[in-house]
Amino acid sequence: MKWRPTIFVLAAAFVAVFLEASVGLGRKLLGAQVDVLPALMVYAALTLGFTTIVLLAICGGLWFDSLSLNPVGASVLPLLLIGLLIYRSRELLLREHLFAQVVLGVAAGAVQPLGTLFILLNKGQTPLLSWLTLWQWLVIALGAGLVTPVCFKLFDRLHRALEYQPVTQTSFRPDREIKRGRG
Amino acid sequence: MLKKWHYIFLFFVVLLVLLLLRLPLGTAGKFKLAISGLFLPLFGLSNSTHQWLGQARDALVPRRELLRQIEQLRHDNEDLKLRLAQDAQLENENARLRSQIGWARQTRWRLKPARVMARDPANWWRSLEIDLGSRDGLCTNLAVLTPDGLVGRVQSVSEARSQVVLLGDPNLRVAAKVAGPGPANAETGIIMVNSSMPQEEGMIDLDLLSGASGVEPGQSVLTWGAGGVFREGIPIGTIVDKRPKEYGLSTEARVKLAANLSALEEVWVILP
Repeated sequence: MKWRPTIFVLAAAFVAVFLEASVGLGRKLLGAQVDVLPALMVYAALTLGFTTIVLLAICGGLWFDSLSLNPVGASVLPLLLIGLLIYRSRELLLREHLFAQVVLGVAAGAVQPLGTLFILLNKGQTPLLSWLTLWQWLVIALGAGLVTPVCFKLFDRLHRALEYQPVTQTSFRPDREIKRGRG
Repeated sequence: MLKKWHYIFLFFVVLLVLLLLRLPLGTAGKFKLAISGLFLPLFGLSNSTHQWLGQARDALVPRRELLRQIEQLRHDNEDLKLRLAQDAQLENENARLRSQIGWARQTRWRLKPARVMARDPANWWRSLEIDLGSRDGLCTNLAVLTPDGLVGRVQSVSEARSQVVLLGDPNLRVAAKVAGPGPANAETGIIMVNSSMPQEEGMIDLDLLSGASGVEPGQSVLTWGAGGVFREGIPIGTIVDKRPKEYGLSTEARVKLAANLSALEEVWVILP
């Protein structure tokens, strides 16, 4: 397992949670705070390994819950579920396609709050739910859909900048070389 | 795609999360504050940047504007000094009258300013973190307010930070009274969130008023003091409108909050 991409993804999750808590721009403009963790999970599940998915779910979920009134651990299982569902069928998903990235981001952004709400309600919590919640859900899902391709672009560029690229195979074969001249 | 060891690993992860979800409230609160302590360097960096930007902005204020502000502040200061002198006389008179009829003397609020560090990233809670903790004398269930009015209550405390649950969060209910012409006329109810109704920004419900409630728009709503968490007389907001509930058995009023909860940068905690 390569640790560098995992560390980058975890660092991005850490900074994303911090920004969600300290910069309330989305909340002021749209009435809902967009969550970046589902988008990061889509990237991790399509690109990185099983351990990264589990680490991102645990660390990201715990960081998010630590700054929230959510019971500790409430966000971990929905993130893990998203990651595993995508990881299981990642051979079938067209990772490079923008459309696939956006659709997966929207789906992950929609599933994450639903999963957390399911856990909260089963725990007997009474979160603030109203018709406005539907709007917030829509904003979160669309926001995650928009952020997902950005994550792919950003991490792919980072990967290209910091990792050794594989040497491309040329079509040149010495045994098929046309020798010119008499020698 | 998933191998056997993956399933075993997942089993332990799910078990761990279920254990975390079953943690007692106090332990979970301390655990959360310990994890959120990891963000302290970033919060420090954010604070420094904020201060630096503030200083840079201050350096650009013209001298004429500064002189105007100083003059305004001097004027306000003199006005407040006069009011303070008058209030001291009223306080003495109040204390004397209280002692004559055997009422307990009211103590002054011990206030401590705190800076807002972070807001709840989840959309279904209303809470924030402040930069005061147990080393500053904070404990749970202390009232948090701004000069405009009540903001919320301290939910959990670590050594250097505390989590405050705000008005409008389903976890916070406040016993409130509507200021009437006299103490006997004060109507009482509970500030709570009615989750079935969409909440407008800066509005909250005052529920469980009596069915024949005579509250009118524009009347002030204050903390009642019942329950022992909030002291009596902290401003909450003003009545906007009311409607009967449960076939007229009770009345619900909408209250416009005095404090602007969406733009909080500094708050005050009433120390015990």
